[in-house]
Amino acid sequence: MHDMSAHTVQHHAPTSFIRKHVFSLDHKVIGKQYYGLALVAVMAGMFLSWLMRIHLGWTNYAIPGLHILSANGAPGNVMTPEYYLQLMTMHATIMVFFVLTTAPFTAFGNYFLPIQVGAEDMPFPHFNMMSFWVTFVGFLVLMSSFFVGEGPTLGGWTQYAPLSAVGSVGGPGEGLGVVLWAASIGIFCIGQLLGSLNFITTTLDMRTRGMSMWRLPLSAWSWFITSVMGLTAFAVLMPACILLILDHVAGTSFFVPGNLVINDQLQPHSGGSTLLWQHLFWFFGHPEVYIAIIPGMGIVSHILITNMRKPLLSHRVMVYSMGALAALSYMVYGHHMFVSGMNPVSSLAFSFPTLVITIPSTIVVLMWLGSLYGAKLRINTASLFALGFISMFISGGVSGFFLAQPSVDIMLHATYFVVGHFHMVMGVAAMFGIFGGTYFWFPKMFGRMMNETLGKLHFWLTFVGAYCIFMPFHYLGLAGNVRRYQAFVADYLQPLIPVHRFITVAALLTGAAQLIFLYNLIHSRFWGKPATDNPWEATSLEWSTPTTPPPHNNFGDKVPVVYHDPYQYGVQSSVGDYVMQASPEKVKTAHDEA
Amino acid sequence: MATTVHEPPRTETPRDPRLTNSSGNAGRNLVPAEGNLRAVRDYSPPPASTGIWVVLASITMTFAALTSALIVRQGSALDWHHLVLPRILYLNTIVLLASSIALELARRRVGAFMTGRRDRVDYPSRWLYITLFLGLFFVAGQYVAWLQLRAQGLFLATNPNSSFFYVLTALHAVHVSGGLGGLVRVISRLHRSVLRKSTLDATSHYWHFMGALWVYLLLLLWIKI
Amino acid sequence: MAKFFAVTIFVIAIASAIPIIQHTWWLAPDISTHGAPIDEQTSETMAEAGISFLASQIILAFFIWKFSNQGPNAKIRSFPGGAKAMVWAAFLLVGTEALALGVFGVKAWANVYFSPPSANALPIQVQAGQFAFYFRYPGPDGKFGPIHPEQLNEANQNFFGLDTAKDQDSKDDIVTAEMAIPVNREIHLLMHSKDVGHSFFVPELRVQQDFVPGLDLSLHFTATKVGKYEIVCTQLCGLGHYNMKAYLYVYSQEDYDNWLKKEAAMQ
Repeated sequence: MHDMSAHTVQHHAPTSFIRKHVFSLDHKVIGKQYYGLALVAVMAGMFLSWLMRIHLGWTNYAIPGLHILSANGAPGNVMTPEYYLQLMTMHATIMVFFVLTTAPFTAFGNYFLPIQVGAEDMPFPHFNMMSFWVTFVGFLVLMSSFFVGEGPTLGGWTQYAPLSAVGSVGGPGEGLGVVLWAASIGIFCIGQLLGSLNFITTTLDMRTRGMSMWRLPLSAWSWFITSVMGLTAFAVLMPACILLILDHVAGTSFFVPGNLVINDQLQPHSGGSTLLWQHLFWFFGHPEVYIAIIPGMGIVSHILITNMRKPLLSHRVMVYSMGALAALSYMVYGHHMFVSGMNPVSSLAFSFPTLVITIPSTIVVLMWLGSLYGAKLRINTASLFALGFISMFISGGVSGFFLAQPSVDIMLHATYFVVGHFHMVMGVAAMFGIFGGTYFWFPKMFGRMMNETLGKLHFWLTFVGAYCIFMPFHYLGLAGNVRRYQAFVADYLQPLIPVHRFITVAALLTGAAQLIFLYNLIHSRFWGKPATDNPWEATSLEWSTPTTPPPHNNFGDKVPVVYHDPYQYGVQSSVGDYVMQASPEKVKTAHDEA
Repeated sequence: MATTVHEPPRTETPRDPRLTNSSGNAGRNLVPAEGNLRAVRDYSPPPASTGIWVVLASITMTFAALTSALIVRQGSALDWHHLVLPRILYLNTIVLLASSIALELARRRVGAFMTGRRDRVDYPSRWLYITLFLGLFFVAGQYVAWLQLRAQGLFLATNPNSSFFYVLTALHAVHVSGGLGGLVRVISRLHRSVLRKSTLDATSHYWHFMGALWVYLLLLLWIKI
Repeated sequence: MAKFFAVTIFVIAIASAIPIIQHTWWLAPDISTHGAPIDEQTSETMAEAGISFLASQIILAFFIWKFSNQGPNAKIRSFPGGAKAMVWAAFLLVGTEALALGVFGVKAWANVYFSPPSANALPIQVQAGQFAFYFRYPGPDGKFGPIHPEQLNEANQNFFGLDTAKDQDSKDDIVTAEMAIPVNREIHLLMHSKDVGHSFFVPELRVQQDFVPGLDLSLHFTATKVGKYEIVCTQLCGLGHYNMKAYLYVYSQEDYDNWLKKEAAMQ
């Protein structure tokens, strides 16, 4: 099975191409593989969003070449209503699972968590390798649904029953498409559970000498907290997917009640509970969105502190707040179900923890803002994205106040207001965390700097573009624009179509700007300016590696010893205004060290 | 039977960090002289010990989700038809609990063997084989239980009770099979003299958890289904 | 660049707030009796959210402006009060306001869900199915006949699966494709789904509720303004979801009676 020899040399440096780059046990390679998967997934997901936006702005427009993608879905290059929904479902599934759960968490986390704690690797390298490949297989299974007869499922990434469970009578893609979706997500869950196993044991058991829990950088804390959430959330989604598949292939009725008539035919199921699916899904679904954002908070804090040249006002408050967000996230899931037909008393019960969760969210934002005061802020692409994250998180977060209240939700549920809210926090803020992490850590991962000019251009276009796209979503929502519509045919929606066209143009332009990032990534990888070991004058252990990129066992033959808190900036040391965690130099620090 | 094991495997006492400068777990978390003693521990547990609790936590969540699904499903319609549990389930329970006892016996003997008391222990892997055999018996017995249900005309989709019966027992059996794989691994490593105490402990925790989980499922099935 | 960034954040924040303040795109006008507390909650939330949004973005912009690109001799300073001040601010400002919204919002929610329909509410049944709404009025006997799902046949226009031959109560039921209600009269809406999940949304009525297959839910409301409104489906139900809508007419009592008579004649 796997080698549990964590107490001796983990594994020898591989020599063959396959062991070095394909089936690698090295957490750094696995991290890069996850990043590569996220990159492919985000390009697919973004392409799907372009198709969706074009169709929403100009519903009968024949998009050139679309029929090549799907002859059924786009006869004469005009997207059918079902194809729109299929693209939408795949867009969301790809983005939430294969981009937002992989890049900030399993990509950067796999690469940097062991290094930041001072370990050679994770304790279960074979499980780690399996976790990537299992996730990859999940991605392949999901994408394969594009190529089956009726195409992918059209029921949204939330796959509400009974539509998701009745089979192909429900609509195109609702047969095999759903089974492939559920199988892919079930496989994904297993991959993530293997990953969580490694992250948790790395953080608890593999810290080097002197690395107490409180000396961990905030990025490490965020990965640790996220992996604990993943453990419980994915373990609930997986059996839900199994039950959904059984309703399809085995004739069970977990989620399908009786007496349903579709196409004038009485359906063979009986007794199932449609709300049961919603409860199981959202018990996973709400922690999942915090899984998507908390690593971003950790990464942004890490980048910001380095570029502010001062630590946050309180390290512990930040950790406790992220922990509080994680814990509370399990108690709020019913806010997705306020008008679902669930007991209205339950709706009130869920709204209070949802309102309470605004408190740690606010603390986190205030910590960043308060720490900016009196800082010596350095502006580079990484810090721009970190600051941009704060702005986006504020914007996305305040719309949460509305959605947390059931009475207000009556008007905003299932409108573009919700779509605006989650895109700002997930589609933009979390993405900014990924971008920031990339610009910040690229030099360490590849030994080269990314191009700053291109980086700043990418930032500007993306920052302004994202606001142009997603801020109007909130206005549309207030006006009652319902979501998941492939076209706007109701009378009251007609005046809103020009807004959609504006958004589409902004989306296409902002999407095009991402090509700058892609070019920068690839060009810098091979021809970027060579980077020093510590180009940002940062303190955490990843900047103490003997070579850049780090050697196979991260620190060479010397076990790093940690002498300092993670963010000793604003001090006077022999190297400048900072002292690295692994430096034995004694300096006068601004506050007592843990 | 067991191949003769020629020397006791390595034990896992924490090594004095002052004596070693190698990479790995040595000296983990020890505080430098000028540090704050209260902030760090002087020893890290082997990762397998932490890891197994992580695994058991997620398995718990999965079965908790299925339990709540069962409760909700029972309340959502009037088609709940209690079925009589196949009697072999009770035999299987005894077999699984016996396997836990066998595993504990095995641990004591392997532990003694590993710490050098070779003279008192021959065939240290005997009780591991017994555990393995009892575990296989359990899985086979579950299969017989399914056959017995089928003979009564109760299949996966017959009614919600039978659906949950099959899903819960099958998922548990799959996890037990994983435990069997773990036992095989332990036996193999013991024979090659590379068994770590943490591996044996982790596998044992997992196996006992499977037993406890089965007792819980049996009660759940008995009361609800 | 830092100052430019600060200005950009400031401009975006103000530009985002303008359409809100101007109500350029806003909630549809309220024609319900229970909608006022909902609108009040929304306005209060908008005030709090708006202030939080503007204040935090402006502070962010200001700090970026002031604390970047400083000379090498600039000193690092700490926010007076430190982390404790932030935590207190979060609890006092945001926490209390959020909880206040929650507490006051209970009443707005209770108005909709925790009061039973009055005894003389007009019962109307709405059935959602892929991809249309159909409505049923009980007729002079005031009773709805039973639904026989196996007899449901859209091809033959038996949308509800009624057996008018066998069931006495079904004989006078009136089935329509549009919903009409008399103004200022409480309506008891019985919601039934024939296949998958759907939802009933009329923005002006301040009503949105999912249909749950297998569960018969109900709502009650009163419309206060005559007019023509739209009912739209908001729960993804398949490829025709975007097109699943019906008109809701709020008539004077007289016009409603005429309408009902006409519909009854067409059965």
